[in-house]
Amino acid sequence: MLKNKDRYLSIILISPSIIAVLIFVYGFIGWSIRVSLSNWKGLNPDYTWAGLKNYLALFSDPRFHIDVRNTLIFTGVFVIGSMLLGFFMAVMLDQGLRGEGVFRSIFLFPMAISYIVTGVIWRWLMNPAEGTRMSGLNLLFTSLNLDFLVNKWYTTPTWGIAAIAMTAIWQMSGYTMALYLAGLRAIPHELREAAQIDGASEIQIYRRIVLPLLAPVSLSALIILGHTSLKVFDLIIAVSGKQLPLDVPAIYMWQTTFDGLFYGRGAAISILLLLSVAVLIIPYIRYTLKTEAEQ
Amino acid sequence: MKKLSLTKNWLYIPLIALAIFYLLPMYVLLITGFKGFAEIDLKTMWNLPQGISFDNYIEAYSKLSPSLLNSFKMVIPAALISSMLGSLNGFILAKWKFRGADFIFPFILFGMFIPYQSIIIPLVQFMNAAGITGLPGLAMAHIIYGIPITTLTFRNYYASLPEELLEAAKIDGADMLGIYRLILLPISIPSFVVVLIWQFTSAWNDFLFAVILTGNTEWPITVALNNMAGSQIISWNVQMAGSLLAALPTLLVYMLLGRYFLRGLLAGSLKG
Repeated sequence: MLKNKDRYLSIILISPSIIAVLIFVYGFIGWSIRVSLSNWKGLNPDYTWAGLKNYLALFSDPRFHIDVRNTLIFTGVFVIGSMLLGFFMAVMLDQGLRGEGVFRSIFLFPMAISYIVTGVIWRWLMNPAEGTRMSGLNLLFTSLNLDFLVNKWYTTPTWGIAAIAMTAIWQMSGYTMALYLAGLRAIPHELREAAQIDGASEIQIYRRIVLPLLAPVSLSALIILGHTSLKVFDLIIAVSGKQLPLDVPAIYMWQTTFDGLFYGRGAAISILLLLSVAVLIIPYIRYTLKTEAEQ
Repeated sequence: MKKLSLTKNWLYIPLIALAIFYLLPMYVLLITGFKGFAEIDLKTMWNLPQGISFDNYIEAYSKLSPSLLNSFKMVIPAALISSMLGSLNGFILAKWKFRGADFIFPFILFGMFIPYQSIIIPLVQFMNAAGITGLPGLAMAHIIYGIPITTLTFRNYYASLPEELLEAAKIDGADMLGIYRLILLPISIPSFVVVLIWQFTSAWNDFLFAVILTGNTEWPITVALNNMAGSQIISWNVQMAGSLLAALPTLLVYMLLGRYFLRGLLAGSLKG
């Protein structure tokens, strides 16, 4: 039983946070939606009603089509790459090898640094210059006689965004590894031992027992990586600035709003971005809280 | 049932190959930083330095030191205040539930996943109208948008504590704040470390809020580094040294307190 005094006190103490979230998250989302339905273009706010004009314009905007394509390529490469790499790293580190801690620290450290730093370093490693001006990884490949690996990286037509996704894999696969490793450690040893005694091979054990038990971890990883890739922004800016072939919705939004002062259009992009994230995240939050309540 | 069999030693081959992939950028970063200006050439970027020189770091530091200071000025209060708020909220949501607490929690959580583009236009309008600009405004943004994750981490921790811990104190007549201060706060230190590291790292590494809410005298390090990298005048070797300076504070935290950093990461996926 709560005493009345304590009940009021707890409400009073938590109120500032709840009000802040209400205003700065939900109020501002509502405000952005209102801007997206307006004609606001220029320094001074203009809330004259535009209906869905800004959204419809985006659907027929070639630049936005490039953005959607780039987001899809980025998401595919980044999510699949990080999940596969993270899973195999976790499985390898779960074998009880000596030096496990060192490898784990090495795989995870990129999570501690900013996308900007990652972008600045990889921009020099992925230098696309050719011939006598060749440098970075291309130079390394040539000197190792691995010329077939030399490529144009982020300046490759259409698929350049995949090179950026690779740098994101470098940054985030350690995180996926950590999620999987925590999941592997939570599987009771008896389960695997029993299967071993029944004569199951190592591969069978992983396919029939470990992978199904890791399904919730895979779901977490999928959602977290998926929603991160929809929001990708700083990494691309740091690698290549604002070049159209590598454009994504977050960059388009930023440029059209703060460089072009086309607030209505920028807000519309941001709301589409929010919707795509919400479709992933809202069911995930509900699912997580439900499983938590059941436990 | 950990067994160390010889047959598993082949795993070192992929593990070492992967370690090279992860460390390669750091290798270039470090060796470039220690080269003298005279040896700087993109063609020899993979070669070890001929001696130890600090030219690049000195040059990068002279350009970036004001923004490093700006980052510290903004990150420290942001991390401290959002951790304290998170602890209080987590305590109330886990142990002092009022009607509607379970309804409110998912709404708070959603705030940590939103793309900040979707609130940035109103945020700028609001901050300008309220006259909260520059570093204080940036710190405030990190505090408010940090509430969901800090609340989540503390709530999960407090929810894992047995009710008996509180019951005894309640029987002794302690009120809510007394229980929080005398019982929960002292055993919350590890959670505070987790949350402080998390908030420190994410505020330090943030770019979007920083680039939009601050002007050039108040740029934190990420914005200053990005502008340095975009400039044609500053050569790549100084950019590399600058990257290391920008990454150093969070890297040091990671190296010293990696265990807590990992727990923060796992909390961020909603798994306590």
